[in-house]
Amino acid sequence: MITVDDVTIGYGNIAGLTAVDAVSLTINDNEILGIAGESGSGKSTLMRAVYGDFSTGLRIRSGSIRGRFTDPRTGAVLESDSRDFPRLWWDQISYVPQGSMSVLNPLMKVEQQVIDGLPARERGNDRRALRARIARFLEGFGLPETVLDAFPHQLSGGMRQRVLVAIAAFVNPRLILADEPTTALDVVVQKKILLMMVEIQRRLRNSLVLVSHDLGVHYQITDRLAVMYRGKIVEVGRTRDIFANPRHDYTKALIAALPRLGGERARAGKEAAL
Amino acid sequence: MTGTPVLEVRQVSRVYKRGGLFSTKAFKAVDSVSLTLPETPQVYSIVGESGSGKTTLARMILRLVEPSDGEIRLLGRPLTGKGPDRISNFEFRRLVQPIFQNPFEAFSAYLPVETYLRRTALNLKIAASQAEAAPVVDAALRSVGLSLERIAGKYIRQFSGGELQRISVARALIPNPKLIVADEPVSMVDASLRMSIVNLFKQIVEEKGVSFIYITHDLSTAYYLSDHVAIMNTGRIVEQGVPGEILDHPTQDYTRELMAAIPTIGARWTELEEIDRRYAVQEQKPAAPAPAEPETTNP
Amino acid sequence: MRRLTSFFEDAPFRLYLGLFLVVVFVIVGGILPWLAPTDPLEWYQSPRNQAPSWAHVLGTTSLGQDVFWLLTWALRNSLMLGLVVAFFSTLIGVFLGLAAGYAGGLLDRVLSFFMDALLCIPTLPILILMAALFGGQLALPAICVLLILFNWPYPARQVRAVALTMREREFVNVAWFSGESRVRILTRHIFPYIAGWSAANFINTVLVGIATESALAVIGLSSAQQATLGTMIYWAIQYQALLAQRYVWIGAPVVSIVLMFIGLFLVSSGLSMRSAERRMSV
Repeated sequence: MITVDDVTIGYGNIAGLTAVDAVSLTINDNEILGIAGESGSGKSTLMRAVYGDFSTGLRIRSGSIRGRFTDPRTGAVLESDSRDFPRLWWDQISYVPQGSMSVLNPLMKVEQQVIDGLPARERGNDRRALRARIARFLEGFGLPETVLDAFPHQLSGGMRQRVLVAIAAFVNPRLILADEPTTALDVVVQKKILLMMVEIQRRLRNSLVLVSHDLGVHYQITDRLAVMYRGKIVEVGRTRDIFANPRHDYTKALIAALPRLGGERARAGKEAAL
Repeated sequence: MTGTPVLEVRQVSRVYKRGGLFSTKAFKAVDSVSLTLPETPQVYSIVGESGSGKTTLARMILRLVEPSDGEIRLLGRPLTGKGPDRISNFEFRRLVQPIFQNPFEAFSAYLPVETYLRRTALNLKIAASQAEAAPVVDAALRSVGLSLERIAGKYIRQFSGGELQRISVARALIPNPKLIVADEPVSMVDASLRMSIVNLFKQIVEEKGVSFIYITHDLSTAYYLSDHVAIMNTGRIVEQGVPGEILDHPTQDYTRELMAAIPTIGARWTELEEIDRRYAVQEQKPAAPAPAEPETTNP
Repeated sequence: MRRLTSFFEDAPFRLYLGLFLVVVFVIVGGILPWLAPTDPLEWYQSPRNQAPSWAHVLGTTSLGQDVFWLLTWALRNSLMLGLVVAFFSTLIGVFLGLAAGYAGGLLDRVLSFFMDALLCIPTLPILILMAALFGGQLALPAICVLLILFNWPYPARQVRAVALTMREREFVNVAWFSGESRVRILTRHIFPYIAGWSAANFINTVLVGIATESALAVIGLSSAQQATLGTMIYWAIQYQALLAQRYVWIGAPVVSIVLMFIGLFLVSSGLSMRSAERRMSV
């Protein structure tokens, strides 16, 4: 669905700063693709370029990012370069950002913000019917209708993020991009949100791209995984295969760096001395 | 157990009053928490989610927040109150040091980072002059794998998160404290660097005899590092004990929920199998209109 | 030092332009007055109502004063007034604002009360009142003191707000655990974050000082013995300079005020743009 073809991305005119270096990647239909990497790996930059968000000054220096979307209702096929993607935001493409508070307007109730963001085809004419539809959709994910009447700061961080994920899915997009959606959240809420995202993908049969530095998360829910390091993709393939048989040293290091619950312990044997 | 415990927390609570003039709504951030850190240098972890009260508890131990109720004693001496054996500010700072969560907020953006280390050495009377302070600072930095030469003259924005946390650890070590309170020290550090910092803590406990109170939401690193774990939920300690025990025999539902929520490599979450089953079944139904409103339960 | 000079390299154009204007005025107001051949305030020194010529660069007034030298003295007095008011009100304001914001509690409440009270009182009407009480005119030192009194709450409130947020920042706690005293924390750790505000406040207060004094002067309530830009305009109006088409006499102080304001504004704006640029850069 999305083809990233030998793309190099930098910021502004600063020659030395290359965030993404000759990267090629395919995002297929009906899959969950994970992009793993740490700060400085270029994963967020790549995500923003795929989304078509050039507001932070990023510039595609070479290569291209092209998308091919099939509207499920009309069957029409739409091909376009990522520069033109803004037309498709909250329609064919949705985005779930990291910090929910920075996306939601603190002065507006949630319902208003949801409706404002919807494309015309979803809005229809009847406000009440629309609200009922949204409420039912949210309830399907365990979110009560009352969240629509709340202001963002009245909801907990986990709740807010779940609302954002639900909204991103409500418009039935062909592609959902999630950039570290659970990073600031606790483990129990994180699991709820990840399960929610998997359910959405299975239901809509669309593509979900999940960027995260947490390999455990990738192991659990992604079908394919691309590992980025310093602007390059060092390993890509089916998630199972990568974890069973990591080929690149960086991937091996990342996997080894995960502490396992029930694994070896640093302080084993000291317990007796206490 | 001989000797005075390093830290004793007795029935400590912290209450915040909500509402206006006539409201009596109170919110208990910490609810009657007790714990003891014995004399032997060790790592004591407090695990909990946000809102569990772990950070408030840490701040009370660091004397940044006053408890509404209860008592905290450091080496047998009270932290608060007007008694004669109350620990003075000077002594307190020599005994307890913090490591905070956000490495990029640990130092002023306008001062070279080494300033903090030098000032610690001078103010807490570890060195008598600038000349004497330099080797002290250098030694502390070397014990975390850095050196004064490497960080000299640099500002906070010139370092990575991992380096900054190491520098924070070095600074905390300068007065040779008895206790270091680390509040989520690795949650904002890259995954591949986390273990090296956690291992550094272990090394410090063994080589320098410093005890750690390690606050985290990540049960995995707590399990890996600690001698003792306490799990907090809504202001109370719900479970505590030796990591092996808790892992094998959790007594509380909350503990089980916490452990089940960690995304680990190895066992896939059972809920995922459920979801797949549900939607695979739906796919096989020939005439089902997509996307229908399926009967969903809470994820 | 190197950091200071690098601040001014590659700065936005407006900063250069503003600094240029300010420097020009500082030279004209600071250095040139000492070169005046005679006391320009004395009447009937030169032929009256002369148009600009080589002998009198900006002409002469109806009272036989050389406009150019009068202007330099007026500039000097106005600038000095502005600088004195700005210096003391920024000093007092920043100090009290930091104390209120950082200490909190009773001190904060008392200081905030005074800040709010003084902010509510309108400056100009009070000055007019005082002038009326003191026999129709206020001497420049008196105006200075009153302006300082009415202006310190502005920087104080702003600095207090910033200090309140600073209190929550973790490095303040780290500084505390490094053994730093509260005073040192305020001056070395917190103040640099306020320095930008203080500089902007300082420049604004210079403008406010000059503007308020000029306003007083134009209605005739400022000292008639001293030359300031405002009194110059006053005398020009008194002697019907507009009607007599002596545009240079009245125009010179007006243009000076406008240009000086523009210059100071450009410096203030340029400084904040430059600071923002530097913060964003690696």
